Amino acid sequence: MTIADLLAAPSELTDTASSKTAIVLMTRIRLARNLDGRAFPGRAKAAQRAQVLAACRDALATSTPMRRAASAAVEELSDLDKQMLIERHLISRELGGSTGHSGVVINREQTVSVMINEEDHLRLQVLRSGLQLKKAWAAIDGLDSELEERLDYAFSPTLGYLTACPTNLGTGMRASAMMHLPSLVISGQMERVVRAVNQLGLVVRGLFGEGSDASGSIFQISNQTTLGETEEQILQRLGSVLNTINEHELNARAKLLETDAHKLLDKIGRAYGILQHNHLLSSSEAMNLLSLLRLGIDLGIFPAAARAVVDRLLIECQPGHLQHAAKGTFEPGQRDVLRAGLLRSEFANFAKPDFMVVGRN
Amino acid sequence: MLARGACQRAVCRYGDSIIFPPMPSPLKCSLCPQPATVHLTQIVDGKIHKVELCESCAQAKGVTDPNGFSLADLLLKASLNPGPSAAGLRCEQCGATAADFKKQGRFGCPRCYGTFQELLAPLLENMHKGVTHIGKLPRRALARKSLYDRLTKLELDLTEAIKGERYEDAARTRDEIHQVKLSAAPEVPPEKR
Ligand SMILES: [Zn+2]
Ligand SMILES: [Zn+2]
Repeated sequence: MTIADLLAAPSELTDTASSKTAIVLMTRIRLARNLDGRAFPGRAKAAQRAQVLAACRDALATSTPMRRAASAAVEELSDLDKQMLIERHLISRELGGSTGHSGVVINREQTVSVMINEEDHLRLQVLRSGLQLKKAWAAIDGLDSELEERLDYAFSPTLGYLTACPTNLGTGMRASAMMHLPSLVISGQMERVVRAVNQLGLVVRGLFGEGSDASGSIFQISNQTTLGETEEQILQRLGSVLNTINEHELNARAKLLETDAHKLLDKIGRAYGILQHNHLLSSSEAMNLLSLLRLGIDLGIFPAAARAVVDRLLIECQPGHLQHAAKGTFEPGQRDVLRAGLLRSEFANFAKPDFMVVGRN
Repeated sequence: MLARGACQRAVCRYGDSIIFPPMPSPLKCSLCPQPATVHLTQIVDGKIHKVELCESCAQAKGVTDPNGFSLADLLLKASLNPGPSAAGLRCEQCGATAADFKKQGRFGCPRCYGTFQELLAPLLENMHKGVTHIGKLPRRALARKSLYDRLTKLELDLTEAIKGERYEDAARTRDEIHQVKLSAAPEVPPEKR
């Protein structure tokens, strides 16, 4: 299997069958690991990086989850490939921009990806749709244990897994959930939520991580600290915070419907109208409109089956996917035309809204 | 949450954040020698961490975007002011110096953790929930390491015994090596089989 085959197939996130979840779109856990006795990628010479890349690819090729995976060196990938992999959360921007002896290995189902020679020698990642912290942990723990039989990890009994940056020291684990929180955004409560979450040692970021904005009201919530707790403790803390945020979002929805129903329904109705008839659409406007549609689905205004369509479009309207579908390279202005066309045709046959279900008309 | 106090900007984005009283004298930026105009705080587990930045460093670090940067990263770089003893340290394995660590906030290799132990220890307390790892252990790697060490020692004993013409000792050591290898066949690293 090649990366091209993989990009032609739907990702865990674009897969329509798996998209049943409302507020938590995706769970992700990553582990940072390094090989003992070797310079970290940022300091390693080209020859050392090449050795690490080869050793890691060999070890991965014989592991159960990655037996039939797609594997590529970063320099073999086109800019478009990289962009699409980033949009699917399978590689980081940093890996996409790296030069010389970095690589990525992704399983067929696109639920496991391993970056080699990013900031650390190995960044293992497991992705699951919906809220599945336990399953994601079981999967990544298994892969990690298998790799550890074949690779000599840098590990200290007191400091744990040794990483290039001490902020990842210890478990080397970053667990995150991607949450759709439109009502908390609309009702202006996100600031408070971010602060509360921070106090619990967790961080909130935009959809594409550090430095990205929160268009589409999609946020990533993850643990900030990695040392001094077990993986289970970190996951438990994260899980309980996610449940609390989930409740807050549901409460915010109920409150909006109680106090400001017309304003909320107007937003959803207008989003539907724009998606059907627009001719120029930026990525972030598209995300915001799709976010409102998704909220409409959660409220029962549109049928639940439509959620899978919206979740697919959230990915397909990203620049990389858009250009891949149109088979070419396009300037941002031209992409806005393409994006508008894609969404117009998708929404031409979309279910009609039924505003009566929320008791208003 | 990020909060900026005594903020000199006309519009402060962090409306309901904790405001600190204005600083008595202009503070220096934590990352460069310019005067700091942006004062950040973050609360982790009830502990307040502060960082002072100049306008250009704040911009460069994406501090203007509340979702966009990790204060832990910044704190790491800011609090790295190696004392005279630490300043001269250099990692034997990779050649990284305390200054490299200060500049990049990254270590050069696993060995650096031993080399720069003193520099790192005070940082870890602020950075993490605890300073000791209690999570997953790479069981096989640890077992392999102790076995490797044991076999290495036995092989050394064997060479010594042969050199000293202590053949009885040599035979005993050879048996022991054989036993160790047999008892832990799957754990023996390939080069020792
Ligand atoms: Zn500065
Ligand atoms: Zn080093």
